[in-house]
Amino acid sequence: MNLLLLTDGRFPAGGHAHSGGIEAAVMAGRVTGVDTLAVFLAGRLTTAGRVAAALAAAAASGAHDLVELDAEAAARIPSPALRAASRTLGRQLLRTARSVLDAADLPDDLHHPVAMGVVCAATSGLGPADAARWAAYDAISGPASAAVRLLGLDPFRAWGVVAALMPEADAIAAGAAAGAARPLTHLPSCSAPLLDIGAEHHAASEVRLFAS
Amino acid sequence: MKARARVVAAGDGAGGTRLTTLRSEAPLVLRDTPGGLYLVGGAGGPLGGDDLAIEIEVGAGARLTIRTAAASIVLPGRPGDGPSNLHVDARVAAGGELRWLPGPVVAVQGCVHHVEMVVALEEGAALMWREEVVLGRHGEPPGSVRSRATVDVGGRPLLRHELALGPGHPGAASPAVTAGARAVGSVLLAGPEWATGAGSTVVGDRAVVLPLAGPGWQVLALADDAPALRRQLIAGIEAAARHTAGRAAP
Repeated sequence: MNLLLLTDGRFPAGGHAHSGGIEAAVMAGRVTGVDTLAVFLAGRLTTAGRVAAALAAAAASGAHDLVELDAEAAARIPSPALRAASRTLGRQLLRTARSVLDAADLPDDLHHPVAMGVVCAATSGLGPADAARWAAYDAISGPASAAVRLLGLDPFRAWGVVAALMPEADAIAAGAAAGAARPLTHLPSCSAPLLDIGAEHHAASEVRLFAS
Repeated sequence: MKARARVVAAGDGAGGTRLTTLRSEAPLVLRDTPGGLYLVGGAGGPLGGDDLAIEIEVGAGARLTIRTAAASIVLPGRPGDGPSNLHVDARVAAGGELRWLPGPVVAVQGCVHHVEMVVALEEGAALMWREEVVLGRHGEPPGSVRSRATVDVGGRPLLRHELALGPGHPGAASPAVTAGARAVGSVLLAGPEWATGAGSTVVGDRAVVLPLAGPGWQVLALADDAPALRRQLIAGIEAAARHTAGRAAP
């Protein structure tokens, strides 16, 4: 049950304020409807989602120094706007978890996927595989929900796209969990140039609904 | 074809640089010219099945620039030859400078190319590292390229950057990744003179210059062809130079 609690969109960790890059993609005309949303999410899952799942699983495994792991996360996010968003989401998650889960000894400042892993490690019954599934799911569910709001999409069709990606998300999470204890430089670092480029345009834009 | 090349550049103590080791094997031929060191590829290639490795060492006070004479046209081998592999391993000592400025890698239809770049900078070392990938020759569908850069400064991670492009990598043409852009490139600027300055700069619709968490910048750009990509990367380097003490001219 604890994984359901953490991944619930209503869990008060601030994720709803971020669009996972979909707002920038909509503003640039790269995502215009369900079909382009589907390929956006597939690309996001195999890049940013894969990296987040690997970092979350590594953090939950307890096999790594958290400061070093957090530095590995930062080196995988060249965009300062995305680093700031990842930091904010990580801090908010840790603060929420400290209070909700009564886990006073959690650190307070980590990148979001590393924070996910740390929270899983501190939560009864959860481990690296759960952290990886959470991070992979979060990589597509957040932007899908934001796309419904931004483009007025049919929610059934938008979430159909997410559902169709579940086997791929499962495979990515399984790979992340299996490699959780590998040396840190071997963690994946798949980049999605347009997420970085879009995030900087988005940060410079004056009219926006989401923080990132 | 398996080939190994190695170059060692040492400072001569008077502001100059000597190449103390320069070893090549066809098709990886290193040629010393007044304009810098050139990597002269054999005719065509890398080719499927090739296993190429370059080792670069830049000592304290030495400056080394490596270019290629032309674009690298990556071709598929015969069936069963497998992917082509290029491994570049570079170390730069404090006070040394490496500029790795090869031409674009053109991924021809059917090729499967893997590039692994590992760069270790001592604290106080400088780096300009360019990477340009063009997906297919003009009017042709592309092959597949995966490249991975692992760059450390003083033993700490500066950049981990992996690109997987072409038909072998589903999702690569996604609007989250390249949106089908045919030319993808980046330049990493690291070292004391590129110590992070003010915030990021939007250079163009598909080009930005990003201050990293560590001491450096990444210029990141997408374009429709190699010349447009090069223009965006140069504009990005110039933008980063305006924020820092870095020298723009590549």
